[in-house]
Amino acid sequence: MSVLAYLVAVWLLIAGVYGVVTSRHLVHLVICLGVAQASTYVLLLAIGYRSGAQAPIFGDIAQSTPVVDPVVQALTLTDVVVSATVSALLLALAVQAHKRFGSVDPDELNALRG
Amino acid sequence: MTALQATCLIAVAIIGTLVVATRDPLRQAAVAGIFGLALSALFLSVQAPDVALSQIAVGAIVVPVLVLLALAKIREHDR
Amino acid sequence: MSRRVRCVLALVALAVLGATLVVAVAELEPFGRYPGPYGDVLAKVVPGERHSGQLVAATVLDYRGFDTLGEELILFTAACGCVALLRLRRRERGEASAPERPAPSFAARAVGGALVGPVVVLAAYVVIHGHLTPGGGFSGGVIGGGALLLAYAAGQQVRLRRVGSIAMLETVEALGAGGFAALAIGGLIAAGATLQNFLPLGTSSMLLSAGTIPVGNVAIGIEVAGAVALIVAEFLEQALLQEPT
Repeated sequence: MSVLAYLVAVWLLIAGVYGVVTSRHLVHLVICLGVAQASTYVLLLAIGYRSGAQAPIFGDIAQSTPVVDPVVQALTLTDVVVSATVSALLLALAVQAHKRFGSVDPDELNALRG
Repeated sequence: MTALQATCLIAVAIIGTLVVATRDPLRQAAVAGIFGLALSALFLSVQAPDVALSQIAVGAIVVPVLVLLALAKIREHDR
Repeated sequence: MSRRVRCVLALVALAVLGATLVVAVAELEPFGRYPGPYGDVLAKVVPGERHSGQLVAATVLDYRGFDTLGEELILFTAACGCVALLRLRRRERGEASAPERPAPSFAARAVGGALVGPVVVLAAYVVIHGHLTPGGGFSGGVIGGGALLLAYAAGQQVRLRRVGSIAMLETVEALGAGGFAALAIGGLIAAGATLQNFLPLGTSSMLLSAGTIPVGNVAIGIEVAGAVALIVAEFLEQALLQEPT
């Protein structure tokens, strides 16, 4: 039971990568990539969790209460916003690819023509 | 592990599978929004309010809007 | 290699990867037992050294500020890439006629227009109180960028097609990114180490405390709001422009 969090992270990664490999639409591919990114967030936060501890903000709790790890939260916090912006870049690429090749199927994007 | 955390984890796993299994991108945008919501519930249950705030904002504002706009552009070009 | 063979090969490879990861993950500490020293060190040290109770904000902007500088520049680069890709398309097509969009319903206009102000205030609140409550530059910036989208959805005539609007968004985003970099260099000049906290620390839980942490939050909030608004504006321009018939 205590490895459930890590197993969920592994499952999300496998499902996301499978979606990317077998995708038939570039936008579907970008969203599946987002699912694979979510697996890293789950893994990081699961590593930093401490049973019975509070959130790492000493606003109104005593400074001696045990808190969860703030370092992994800092990593995940910046990553959530930045990866959304990178997904936006990938969507812009998909729009341009559709214009060039007339299709959003990854199997039909053969750019290396002679 | 509390029952809330276990429930959130299983919900995230199931909805993540549904996101990948939905092949139509238009429907997938909606399911991706729900996936973001489940993720933020999970983040709150492991005592990470900052991360949950960012995930709610991003998953509700940035991802579905950009996916819909990209699809609108692709669909219009097809016409 | 046909598509079917590729899918089967992917399944096999992913099964092997999954098995390896499960074995690796079983060796980790059980969920709920956090062994590492850094979280405990930070919990003991930060309220005294930085006069701030928000450990995550202190980590993001002070103790691991270098990572944030890199992530912020990734965001900046991604926004620039989006603009470059979509603007190329716009210029190829030339300036089409003004787009016709159906007027939104009265309910959308009323509720959307009424909410833009509170959303901007909420974003400013989340950003400024980043060193006291959960939130900070990244979350508040995304909320602020969403205010522009709300204004568009409410039917306000956001003049995206005029050059001035997009240029203003670009300036705002560049100011935010430059602001954070200036903060890093300011640490180098004023205190001998880059990103060192060099402003007066003040008393804990006041608005003006914790040195450069609220200043860094504001810079990042401006930059993230500018980036999100810029990307959304470029995509909207793309969706608005119609093919000349």
